[in-house]
Amino acid sequence: MTSVPPSAPEPRPEKMRVESLRAYFGDALALKGISMSVPERCVTAIIGPSGCGKSTFIRCLNRMHEVTPGARAEGAVFLDGKNILGDDVDPVDVRRRVGMVFQKPNPFPTMSIRENVLAGLTLNGIRPPDPARLVEESLRQAALWDEVKDSLDRTGTSLSGGQQQRLCIARCLALEPEVILMDEPCSALDPIATARIEELIHELRERFAILIVTHSMQQAARVSDFTAFFYMGELVEHGTADVIFTKPTSSRTEDYITGRFG
Amino acid sequence: MNRAHTDREYEGELRRVREQVLTMGAKVEEMLDAAVRALAERDSDLARATMASDQVINRLEVEIDGLCLRVLAKRQPVASDLRFLTMALKLVTDLERMGDLVVNICERVVELNEEPPLKPYVELVTMAEVAHQMLHAVLDAFLAGDVAAAERVIERDADVDALYASIFRELLTYMMENTRNIYRATRVQSIAKYVERIADHTTNLGEMVVFMVRGKDIRHSGRLPSRERGERKSGRPPVS
Ligand SMILES: Nc1ncnc2c1ncn2[C@@H]1O[C@H](COP(=O)(O)OP(=O)(O)OP(=O)(O)O)[C@@H](O)[C@H]1O
Ligand SMILES: [Mg+2]
Repeated sequence: MTSVPPSAPEPRPEKMRVESLRAYFGDALALKGISMSVPERCVTAIIGPSGCGKSTFIRCLNRMHEVTPGARAEGAVFLDGKNILGDDVDPVDVRRRVGMVFQKPNPFPTMSIRENVLAGLTLNGIRPPDPARLVEESLRQAALWDEVKDSLDRTGTSLSGGQQQRLCIARCLALEPEVILMDEPCSALDPIATARIEELIHELRERFAILIVTHSMQQAARVSDFTAFFYMGELVEHGTADVIFTKPTSSRTEDYITGRFG
Repeated sequence: MNRAHTDREYEGELRRVREQVLTMGAKVEEMLDAAVRALAERDSDLARATMASDQVINRLEVEIDGLCLRVLAKRQPVASDLRFLTMALKLVTDLERMGDLVVNICERVVELNEEPPLKPYVELVTMAEVAHQMLHAVLDAFLAGDVAAAERVIERDADVDALYASIFRELLTYMMENTRNIYRATRVQSIAKYVERIADHTTNLGEMVVFMVRGKDIRHSGRLPSRERGERKSGRPPVS
């Protein structure tokens, strides 16, 4: 029983580590001390009932949480061993390294597709050396290039919802991030667009650490290597998706994923 | 599956699968019981009637398979529900085979009844009764999700095997004594073999109940090299 089963993911180095993370909105405690690790080149899914703190959690991982007035975080979030919650760390730099894709596709309405892809850079005053190439590369990686290569001057908002979401992923990729956070990226998409994004996640997984928040158990089971179940601001269970979806340890997890609520 | 589903229709579908599996199990039990009586009481009519009731088992198997497939497609179950449904699909296969074996017993009983009795089949009836009790107990264990009871059923398989070996030795002496005994002795031996296989299937059911409840595969325990086992060593992420 010492050998590892053949299909087990091989151990990956740790990209991020969260230690005793507590997140507040004013006096309200939204995360009550979360500790977990995010491995390199793996997909980690965050699941749990509405309001349990999933979005708050991933927003702490790129210092987006503190943008909300009155919100603050305690504890530590290590990125490659360095605590990014430290005062000496530039949040803008963190957000470049840890990119985020939101639930609602949110391309900038007045910008063209091309401008949207570059927006993360230009808004930060960065001029890429070869913008045309970066646009093409990012759109290719986001599996959108073939559909838009002849109309890069169209506005981003003229695309379909699924295309807009891939455009947002391209915008995130143009910043050459190391970690990608996705907050319910498919909740506004049809099954085909969802399958495209999931296929894309499989590809991106080869190079990035990915965290995805989802309300779909099937999606978490399909895309994730590891799954973490949050409940009322606490991490209840974190394990391989294989185990979580066939034999979870906690009865809380079991009740939630099988649809036995309260 | 201690708590009920929030979706009552889903809950109802799972309950229906459970009820149908139990109905099928009870039907096999009933058939086995009748076959043993037909043997002990030399009742060929009962044997023939029992053979006909295998139709019911076959129909139930098809019905339960269909039901499970529909629930799998519709609900995409996970965790205990997934284990329950995949085990139900396997359980019915074993139950259906057991039904076939009971039919085989009845065929041999009819053949035996056309000859004068070889001897009273006391040990054979005992063996069949043990198999019957095992089946009854494993269905109870399935209903209650009782791992300890399922494990006790699995242990009893050894008793049946021992009884089979003893019956086999006795029949050999009959056959060696007089070649005219061979026709009947081989029939009796076949019946004993069918009962022994029924007990094996019951043991499979016991293993399925354990997997359903615990999520732990106990089949071929200790006999497979560990990397071939379906079981995951640990559910922990690689680094934590
Ligand atoms: N801007 C805010 N101000 C005050 N409280 C907030 C704010 N945003 C979230 N909260 C609270 O923090 C807790 C966690 O919210 P969060 O958005 O992280 O949940 P979630 O798990 O992402 O839920 P959902 O699945 O509905 O998106 C909730 O109790 C919520 O009410
Ligand atoms: Mg959220």
